[in-house]
Amino acid sequence: MTVTIFVPDDSGALAVGAEAVCDAIRRESATRGADVRLVRNGSRGLYWLEPMVEVEIDGRRFAYGPVTPADVAGLFDAGFPDAGSHPLSLGPTEDIPFLERQTRLTFARCGVIDPLSVADYERHGGLAGLRAAAAMNASEIVETVTASGLRGRGGAGFPTGIKWKTVLEAKGARKVIVCNADEGDSGTFADRMIMEGDPLVLIEGMAIAALATGADQGFIYIRSEYPHAIAKIRRALVAARQSRMIGPSILESGHGFDIEVRVGAGAYVCGEETSLLNSLEGKRGVVRAKPPLPAHHGFLGRPTVVNNVISLASVPVILAKGADHYRDFGMGRSRGTIPIQLAGNVRRGGLFEAAFGMTLGEIVDDIGGGTASGRPVKAVQVGGPLGAYFPRSLFDTPFDYEAFAARDGLIGHAGIVVFDDTADMLAQARFAFEFCAIESCGKCTPCRIGAVRGAETMDKIRRGEDVEANTALVADLCNTMKFGSLCALGGFTPYPVMSALRHFPNDIGRKPAAEAAE
Amino acid sequence: MPLPETDLDARLQAILRAFEGVEAPLLEILHAVQLEFGHVPEGAQRQIAEALNLSRAEVHGVVSFYHDFRTEVGGRHDLKICRAEACQSMGGEALARQAREALGIDFGETAADGSVSLGSVYCLGLCACAPAAMLDGTPVGRLDGPQLEALISETRR
Ligand SMILES: Cc1cc2nc3c(=O)[nH]c(=O)nc-3n(C[C@H](O)[C@H](O)[C@H](O)COP(=O)(O)O)c2cc1C
Ligand code: SF4
Ligand code: FES
Repeated sequence: MTVTIFVPDDSGALAVGAEAVCDAIRRESATRGADVRLVRNGSRGLYWLEPMVEVEIDGRRFAYGPVTPADVAGLFDAGFPDAGSHPLSLGPTEDIPFLERQTRLTFARCGVIDPLSVADYERHGGLAGLRAAAAMNASEIVETVTASGLRGRGGAGFPTGIKWKTVLEAKGARKVIVCNADEGDSGTFADRMIMEGDPLVLIEGMAIAALATGADQGFIYIRSEYPHAIAKIRRALVAARQSRMIGPSILESGHGFDIEVRVGAGAYVCGEETSLLNSLEGKRGVVRAKPPLPAHHGFLGRPTVVNNVISLASVPVILAKGADHYRDFGMGRSRGTIPIQLAGNVRRGGLFEAAFGMTLGEIVDDIGGGTASGRPVKAVQVGGPLGAYFPRSLFDTPFDYEAFAARDGLIGHAGIVVFDDTADMLAQARFAFEFCAIESCGKCTPCRIGAVRGAETMDKIRRGEDVEANTALVADLCNTMKFGSLCALGGFTPYPVMSALRHFPNDIGRKPAAEAAE
Repeated sequence: MPLPETDLDARLQAILRAFEGVEAPLLEILHAVQLEFGHVPEGAQRQIAEALNLSRAEVHGVVSFYHDFRTEVGGRHDLKICRAEACQSMGGEALARQAREALGIDFGETAADGSVSLGSVYCLGLCACAPAAMLDGTPVGRLDGPQLEALISETRR
């Protein structure tokens, strides 16, 4: 009987040797004459266990990990595919606590199916949302998305349904759906995982957005740092066209819509939606002043929806299961689920999709298991390079847009980077300025000049020069950047800077690492 | 009588033809040119500008805005080390120092023997397997000193 073995070709798994493991399994099964079908799935998001190999036995999946090529022969000796007694055996995949505790709506199929098989996709609930949408009129789709409470997962948390309504009502011969797959925030990889592990759900979400707004043109703008995601999406688009998910007539609805991939060129600011539009148009990625909103005047002046990958990929399940089903998860004004990404110095790094509302402490300590180094957690940065550093004393903050804002922080794209007690928060504050200086689009003076001056002033503080006056100067610069910047790159850099200084005052007098070591 | 096309011209014209009919194709063209030639030659910028009905200053402005595009020939290999926060939290900066010292060059530079260009990257989406790097488009996670040494000797082969 043929046994199905799953080895992820997600770039996180590849980065830790999945390809060599796959080769070893192929070789070993050929030598032993085992009847094996290999599927290259996405990642389940349990990265500390990658490369994680799964086998299907009587319709149930069993996991092994982290597997190295050297382990493969031993696994077969222990009876692999059915090698439950092997030390790398993790038991039934779905029972692994990190997975079992999740609520997977957006990521329901990621790591489960063959990402490029439309048949597999449909068998696991795919296309139900698009079919439902095709039977509705545009404003009914928009109303469903609005009623679900879905807010943009790219960072700003703007209600997706309201954005779509604006584009639906805008006048224009052509309308455009742009998927923002620039995912530049450190500590985030949810967009990449979906593009590599379930690309069809993103395409389905974009097709629904097209039906909802009357758009006929679509773009997925993917950062160049993601070559595997780019390749996977390109192949998925071919499969989607063949099965009429997109093309001259979406599911024979008569509505034409097609999608093109465009590749970024290494500019963090191009994740900002108006900068992204300039970049799509082949221009410098300079931020545009709003108004006009992209919804009125976007790509080449056409009414344009710009949505994050996860926002769009969450739409199919909303249409398939109804607005209430999605909306019933979460807390306050943060409805549904959020794919939390645990990264950096964390024991169990990976993607954890859950309803809003868990506390930061539960996420970092229980789910993440504390640091990878085994040392105490000193700080976490939530929401990427523009997000605040939180100390342990704020670990009771629930994961919710408003709760984080109330504590001078932000959720952003829901990445959490964990630091142990060796972290130097003065260095982290300096880096925030440095990053802003490197990535500034140059349009506003407070951002362009302020970030450079901020980094210089940090160096003075480090050297012990007029520490009090220079710390006050940093606060002053931050204030200017906060109120004098056009976009959040300059405007939010004060979050990591000021939170690092405020919550970790002992690090202000810290000696540079080299000196301290002497 | 038209001048015989140089090699650069022929290859560039083929790229430009491939993008005829594509809306707003400049970035895509620049990527294709860099893939073909390893950089975006000055001469190519002039011809791209002509083909797209743009000024040379506009094309130059775009090339210089984006970190990806280079106007000089790079190394045979491309080693990018992630310098962003999640990798910092796992000792990424020590690896960055190691790479700089082993190659005797700074970030943004190419080794004198033309073997490798060393670059910084701010996140590769491998943050749960930090620290991370990328060699010629191949991702590497859970990077440590000996592994980095091995990557560097690979570029010298
Ligand atoms: C500097 C900067 C970088 C950003 N980067 C991204 C990004 O990589 N991906 C993303 O989806 N949104 C990013 N955003 C947010 C976008 O401007 C925009 O709010 C988002 O794409 C809208 O989609 P959503 O409503 O689905 O979140 C960034 C914003 C700023 C200011
Ligand atoms: S804040 Fe910085 S990145 Fe944003 S528009 Fe101004 S200069 Fe550009
Ligand atoms: S921060 Fe280095 S891979 Fe994301």
